[in-house]
Amino acid sequence: MFGTGITLSEIYMVAGMALVTFGIRYILFPASGRMQFPKWFEKGLGYVPPAVLTAIIVPSVLMPDGKTIDLNLDNPYLIGAIAACIIGGVFKNLLLTIVLSMVVFLGAQWFFAAG
Amino acid sequence: MINSSDTSSQKKNSAVSLFFEGAKDTFPLVVGAIPFGIIFGALADTAGLSFGAAMGMSLFVFAGSSQFVAMGLAASGTPWPMIVVTTFVVNLRHLLYSATMMPFYKNLPHAWKMVLAFGLTDETFAVAVTRYGKHDGVTGKHYYNLGSMVFMYLNWNLCTLIGLTAGKTFPEISRWGLDFAMPATFIGIVIPYLVSKPMWAAVVTAGTVSILAHGLQHKLGLMAAALAGVMAGVVCEKLFSDKKKER
Repeated sequence: MFGTGITLSEIYMVAGMALVTFGIRYILFPASGRMQFPKWFEKGLGYVPPAVLTAIIVPSVLMPDGKTIDLNLDNPYLIGAIAACIIGGVFKNLLLTIVLSMVVFLGAQWFFAAG
Repeated sequence: MINSSDTSSQKKNSAVSLFFEGAKDTFPLVVGAIPFGIIFGALADTAGLSFGAAMGMSLFVFAGSSQFVAMGLAASGTPWPMIVVTTFVVNLRHLLYSATMMPFYKNLPHAWKMVLAFGLTDETFAVAVTRYGKHDGVTGKHYYNLGSMVFMYLNWNLCTLIGLTAGKTFPEISRWGLDFAMPATFIGIVIPYLVSKPMWAAVVTAGTVSILAHGLQHKLGLMAAALAGVMAGVVCEKLFSDKKKER
């Protein structure tokens, strides 16, 4: 059943991702000895995951239709995201953050659809 | 980092017992990865990824956070070359892991280096580097490393499969608010990072630029936002360390 419905561009995507990821993890090993990176580079890498994730979160929450900014409080994505920030900040538990904020999101979606 | 293989107190731990010790020590991290793997698989359909593409990512890429990022980008219609470039940026931190592991792997055969490099995830790196760092005279720690990565790999792929199956069995799963699961997951991942002012600067900058640069072609706004965020973090960190430099 593997490969059902996979498109050509998906194959390129997966192959490309596999190649760059393995490349990063492997490239230093054929060399011998040690490797030291410039300090600014090492420091910068530490900021990459939160910066990239935030750059994905913010537009998906504030522009649910992909075009216009929706800062109104009847935007369920915004309500859910605010809930996730509060729950995550208070409980520091990933699974709880996901589950509870999804409940809030669904509730908001249901409420504004009904109202 | 002393290579202790020449000491007389060398302990003879069998390859098999080291393999299972590595797996056992990775257990808590494996448990932590379970919800991620299942959510990744379950979201694939909503994000417009085929079964093969999602399973292929877990099988051949094996890098959780970048798989989520790729899925989020695919969902918003990002062209594949941009997804590959973003994957490169997101996974660049693994370069630090391999730099750290270089002295430990240097006497291993080539095939071993390739296998262990493939499995150098955040989790296995964290577990293996701790074990390698113990100067206890035990040799053959690559079997420990292998046990850790095999356990992570099997679990990640099994969870992806479970999620994919659940997504296919209950197609209405996308109506359970799963299109919000991705931002919710990402928020949950980002929050623990927010313990310092430079980190706040990085995140606020990245978020602001992501909106300002949203109109850029080929989703380049994401790259611009990420880069701006990283720079803000580094600059802010530099400013703070300069302030209290007199040491």
